[in-house]
Amino acid sequence: MILILLALAIIVGSGFLSLLRGKQVRSASWIGVTGVWLGSVLILYAAGSVLFKGGMESWRREITIPGGALSLYLDSLSAFFLFPILILSSLAAWYGTGYLKPSKKNLGVHWFFYNLLVASMVTIVLAHNAILFLMAWEAMTLASFFLVTFDQEKETVREAGWIYLVASHLGTGCLFIFFLLIGAQHDSLEFERSNATANGGIFLLALIGFGTKAGLMPLHVWLPEAHPAAPSHVSALMSGVMIKTGIYGLLRACELCGSLPAWVAWVVLGMGMASGILGILFALSQHNLKRLLAYSSVENMGIIAIGLGLGLLGISHHVPGLAMLGFLACLAHIINHASYKGLLFLCAGATGHATGTLDMNLLGGLLKRMPWTGATFAAGAAAICGLPPFNGFISEFLIFAGAFRAGTTSNGEVAILCLAVIAGLAFIGGLAVAAFAKAFGTTFLGEPRSEYARQGHEVEVSMRWPIVLLASLCLILGITGPLLVPKLFPVVSGLTGYSQEIFQRELGPLMAVLPKITLASLVFFAFFAVCFALRRWLLLGRVVEQNTTWGCGYLRPDARIQYTASSFTQPFGDLFHWVLRTQRWMAAPSGFFPKPTSFRSETPDLCQGHLYHPAFLRLNWGLSKLRWLQHGKVQLYVLYIAAVLMILLVWKLAV
Amino acid sequence: MSVATFIVPLVGWLLAPLLPGVINRVKAKFAGRRGQPLFQLYFDLWKLLRKGAVYSHTVSWIFWTAPSAGCAAILTASLLMPLGGTPALLALPGDIILFAGLLGLARFFTVLAALDTGSSFEGMGSSREVFIAALAEPALLLSLAAIARKITQYSLSEILPALSLWDWLQSTPALALATAALFIVLLAENCRIPVDDPTTHLELTMIHEAMVLDHGGPDLAFILYSASLKLWLMGSLLASLLVPVHAGHWALDLAIAIVGVFGVGVIVGVVESCLARLRMPIILQLLVGASTMAAVALILLLR
Repeated sequence: MILILLALAIIVGSGFLSLLRGKQVRSASWIGVTGVWLGSVLILYAAGSVLFKGGMESWRREITIPGGALSLYLDSLSAFFLFPILILSSLAAWYGTGYLKPSKKNLGVHWFFYNLLVASMVTIVLAHNAILFLMAWEAMTLASFFLVTFDQEKETVREAGWIYLVASHLGTGCLFIFFLLIGAQHDSLEFERSNATANGGIFLLALIGFGTKAGLMPLHVWLPEAHPAAPSHVSALMSGVMIKTGIYGLLRACELCGSLPAWVAWVVLGMGMASGILGILFALSQHNLKRLLAYSSVENMGIIAIGLGLGLLGISHHVPGLAMLGFLACLAHIINHASYKGLLFLCAGATGHATGTLDMNLLGGLLKRMPWTGATFAAGAAAICGLPPFNGFISEFLIFAGAFRAGTTSNGEVAILCLAVIAGLAFIGGLAVAAFAKAFGTTFLGEPRSEYARQGHEVEVSMRWPIVLLASLCLILGITGPLLVPKLFPVVSGLTGYSQEIFQRELGPLMAVLPKITLASLVFFAFFAVCFALRRWLLLGRVVEQNTTWGCGYLRPDARIQYTASSFTQPFGDLFHWVLRTQRWMAAPSGFFPKPTSFRSETPDLCQGHLYHPAFLRLNWGLSKLRWLQHGKVQLYVLYIAAVLMILLVWKLAV
Repeated sequence: MSVATFIVPLVGWLLAPLLPGVINRVKAKFAGRRGQPLFQLYFDLWKLLRKGAVYSHTVSWIFWTAPSAGCAAILTASLLMPLGGTPALLALPGDIILFAGLLGLARFFTVLAALDTGSSFEGMGSSREVFIAALAEPALLLSLAAIARKITQYSLSEILPALSLWDWLQSTPALALATAALFIVLLAENCRIPVDDPTTHLELTMIHEAMVLDHGGPDLAFILYSASLKLWLMGSLLASLLVPVHAGHWALDLAIAIVGVFGVGVIVGVVESCLARLRMPIILQLLVGASTMAAVALILLLR
């Protein structure tokens, strides 16, 4: 544990040093990044020994806050979360040095908050005391707020920052109540595993609080605002791992609450399905690349929640096979989503960096101009669609396997929910292919649609390496994933309490044949090599010409005749108009000599427009009635405080 | 692992191009024509494999790797499909999902290659393809789940050989609904009428054909071959459901199943001859209908 404390000190300390270097762009960046790398290596060493060798580490110091203690605890679940957090933080930081190079701003501040964010995420997964946890949680929120508002001179960025801050704090408010109620039950604010039967209502508070951070529908409103506004390595970090701390919180909350009633599984599954289906539908309708990715994060958090929901369902109905597969899928998807969403955000950042826009309707043909970024984006897109042989497939396979298994052998609500999950996940998968075919196709394929795209060029080495590493990680995890899944069992065992024997009895046969998926991936590559070699050999020495694309005999094709992002998603927009409410502006051609025509479509967020905006307007109206309380006279404010204290005192004495 | 498990994919690889020939022959008979030779696709493939190629100025490496990759994905999927009671080479619980995933991978490559040409027709084709696929996916997995629930296994190689006439007698409505849903998925996934018209001459009305307009030479051969193999695989799935006969010897079973696959081809030909291509909104209803049928089948089996 001393190693981890040292590493945390290095990360935060290098952040401070970087703050002092301030204006010296190069040295500020390098100090910050070196700190993150050094700290990550040390922590991962400690986490690795816990995850692979078993055991746990703890460290505790009393502090003067009532109920609080600096209590850190490294068990298999914490160790598991440390891996995606630190690997992605290090890679994103490396990328950030290149990404921020042209910036004229004070980068010391940026790296200070970046390192603070990394350190607070590490503290969150290690904290074993509610007060420490909430302190780290708040530090994470504030640090990420300042990172999001890096380009604060833009009004949209400031607004996105505020939405993020407000949403986060509403969530944190629920967490305060949650931890107080749990603390009252346990008689201590230390995290203790409970075996009692929990009140589902308390868990609902955790679901709202952590769900806001995780971006589950309908609490997701801050994601599509904050992710596009932030610098890309920050969006990658936030979307790749920071929102996963919400899932970490939920998993811990399950531990703290004890055995949960069955309806909680319904709620989690419902939120997961809603996030998955609506998230990917909204992703499909976006034309800003980073906004699309943000909504796709909502979708993937939905898939993680589906895994968690199946796990809870299995536990509450005593179907251990389903429970273990659900939790395994949840954990596997956390790793997978961190790798490919980090990758995709970094690629999107590189695209924006090189072209100056993220509007897909203005891009196109970038694969030739940015070969590395394009190829890695293609890998990330295939991975996020859950296609073999990439890693996204493995976690979706686990969910499907759990659902098929329980759906074919169980009865009652377990079977019904599992079959709903099969249908929902299949639909999500199909829509994801559409969304990412659109994202990759309109950005990287075809002809450039504007001057922005024409000036695209490959980014520098420090931005290229992290994305190449992440793309290889997606592929390697996809191929070796089936072999690694059983290794995650100790984490699941810690969460569910199932022993190794139950695991072997229930899932042993399935785990024994999982390597066949690896075999199938290798067979795919072998077939591909054969087909591709055959094609090369056949074309050797034959006439291979170049010509224009076939346009029904039209010989002067233009970039403008291409299908755009808007047109690609038009069938989906029509079918799901009742939920997407896509707005369209069209100046149609008319008359014998048509004037220039135009078409534009936009899909604003449903929840924000129809739920939160009106609700906050009402709230504002109601609270404005109380404005007379606030008049700027400090003496009266002190009087208010004194009066409240008096009332509390009298109440305490009277009760 | 016996010789039979190796013969099943080999049979598929060799006989798949015959299936479109059978469909075309049936359609020709309905139209009162003599029709093209049964082995026309073999001739086409042979011709295409001996040709050079023309590539657009616009395309990148995606375009010229996609046909090989798509073909590789379908070939891998062919190792998962059992036939005539013989289990597949790569059988595992949940291979249903791997099968759907590999078909999805092939589609992903085709769609990307289409978008790579920068042509509006191919863009339109790919947009419609992903739209139809997204709606067909739940129908595919739900109907397979229904059949899986009947047998209480979830591996293709466990379900299909285990299915017997007795199962059909026991739960006729459920299995019939699931099979009907799978048949609609077969039509949609393989671009047959009434979802898509492979023989249309107008680029605007094509879906799958529009996406491969720019391919030629060996690339087109790979595309045509993988399309026929995909049809063969979906056909063998349906044949195993419709002809759950166990004669006792694997070779005899395999022969019956192969006849069954061509029988499915005949049904497809009859459907194609009797129906016109539907409008997009109606296709949508058809596919949602397929999902609903599969869901109803499941509800019947849930009792």
